[in-house]
Amino acid sequence: MKLHPEARYAKTHEWVRKDGDEIVTGITDHAQESLSDIVYVELPEVGDSLERGDTFGVVESVKAASDLYMPMGGEISAVNETLENSPELVNQDPYGKGWMIRFRPSAPPEFDDMMDGAAYEAFVAEEG
Amino acid sequence: MLAAVGVRSIEALFEDVPARVRFPDLDLPPALSEMEARWELEELAGANLTTADGPCFLGAGAYRHFVPAVVDAFLRRGEFYTAYTPYQPEISQGTLQAIFEYQTMICALTGMEVSNASHYDGATATAEAVISAINAHRLRRRKVVVSPFVHPEYRAVVRTYTQGMGLTIVGDEDSEVELPDLVSQVDAETACLIAQTPNFLGQIEDLAGLADAVHARGALLVVVADPISLGLLKPPGAFGADVVVGDGQGLGVGLNFGGPSLGFFATRMEYVRRMAGRLVGQTADVEGQRGFVLTLSTREQHIRREKATSNICTNEGLVALAAAIYMAALGRCGMRQVAELCYHKAHYAQERIAEINGFSVVGDKPFFKEFVVRCPRPVKEINDYLLEEEGIIGGYDLGRDYSHLKDHMLLCVTEMNPREEIDLLVEALREE
Repeated sequence: MKLHPEARYAKTHEWVRKDGDEIVTGITDHAQESLSDIVYVELPEVGDSLERGDTFGVVESVKAASDLYMPMGGEISAVNETLENSPELVNQDPYGKGWMIRFRPSAPPEFDDMMDGAAYEAFVAEEG
Repeated sequence: MLAAVGVRSIEALFEDVPARVRFPDLDLPPALSEMEARWELEELAGANLTTADGPCFLGAGAYRHFVPAVVDAFLRRGEFYTAYTPYQPEISQGTLQAIFEYQTMICALTGMEVSNASHYDGATATAEAVISAINAHRLRRRKVVVSPFVHPEYRAVVRTYTQGMGLTIVGDEDSEVELPDLVSQVDAETACLIAQTPNFLGQIEDLAGLADAVHARGALLVVVADPISLGLLKPPGAFGADVVVGDGQGLGVGLNFGGPSLGFFATRMEYVRRMAGRLVGQTADVEGQRGFVLTLSTREQHIRREKATSNICTNEGLVALAAAIYMAALGRCGMRQVAELCYHKAHYAQERIAEINGFSVVGDKPFFKEFVVRCPRPVKEINDYLLEEEGIIGGYDLGRDYSHLKDHMLLCVTEMNPREEIDLLVEALREE
């Protein structure tokens, strides 16, 4: 399982990373591997304000469709439009080209109570 | 078996039912032999009047069109006739291919990009179109504008079907409002506008510019269409419609005392993930041979659960097959001929009826196979006279649905009405 050195993780298998004042989010390497080939990603609209835990989109693979949850609250400032035609980027590069949304956090300290890499690894192991 | 479950007698199994209702005396006549029962049932059935027994000018959503023998000949093959949800690609290539071809022909007919495997009928397909449109706006727009000239039963089903979704359905409270005025009710809260062409009064609506006006306010255009009319008329897809739905009953299904029917649903690829129902796609197997499978199933309720656009996966498989056989048998030219026959016969009938004293035709819009006639007396009285004196099934009483159309009859003429029948109707109305 690959991790990103600067990222924090949610129990719903999204990662977050700081980029200036903004937060970038996608799904973890473990999540993309569990879903297998991703065929469609539905993302929110720029300007949407969402609370922590709200659904911000859907990721659909050949096996399943799963909701995506906001790891922190915030207002969407950008979505990765290349995923519309190249959803496989989520499989190929989940922490890079497969990013999903960028948002302005409404409560920046929420970042700190998310899991770091080691904690997430332990969480996944425990989840089995 | 009784010994195995520890019970003495069959009667003992019913001991939980109160004794006084346990074995009631049913007061039935003496038992009949199979032969006698058949005679009795045939006598009862003989009291029915079917549309095969005489001229029929009743339409209003269910139409008498010719069903070629080839439809039943294929439909009743055991492989098609007995299967239930036969979707496993390993064993169901025939059914899947038939549905794929049905979808392809519905797309060709409506001018759309993708069709699902069908719904129950035109009314449920219309309701599913509304739900798709609401979902296409991520549930943020909950207003629906509907023309009063969409089939009254479809409008009722849309309301029943969507109750609890918090929708506001407007437009048809004014039973005379025309499309150009209706568009002004489309606003930033509106998910879709629903129009029907030919509309419930048989008139061909002018769709030019309608999609642009609806899209300018960010809403979708849903068009309800008669598939038989599409053999002749420019398809709604060419006018920019986002969803085209309707009842496929006219496509080789027959009237069958009221059902089953067929709802068709076609949309643009952009909205395919918001579409309800099953969808068959073409693919290739490991050896590169063409094959057919259910596709995009992840949008359906067994996977998406409560987040699915619709909780309906059921399609009218056998009826869709009938429609596919019908469309394939007639082909493009045959579909056009049927539509032309309907059009010309209906226009002949309308012209002849307009000549009768006391009757007048209503509306100056072009029409397809149905038209409105203002009658000198209540429609029910005229229909009773036609049926009792001439054995003719008359038209639909529009006063049932439109207060401003009291004493107005909606007449339907199809390829099944020879000129002699139309002349008979005209004579009967003249003498009436």
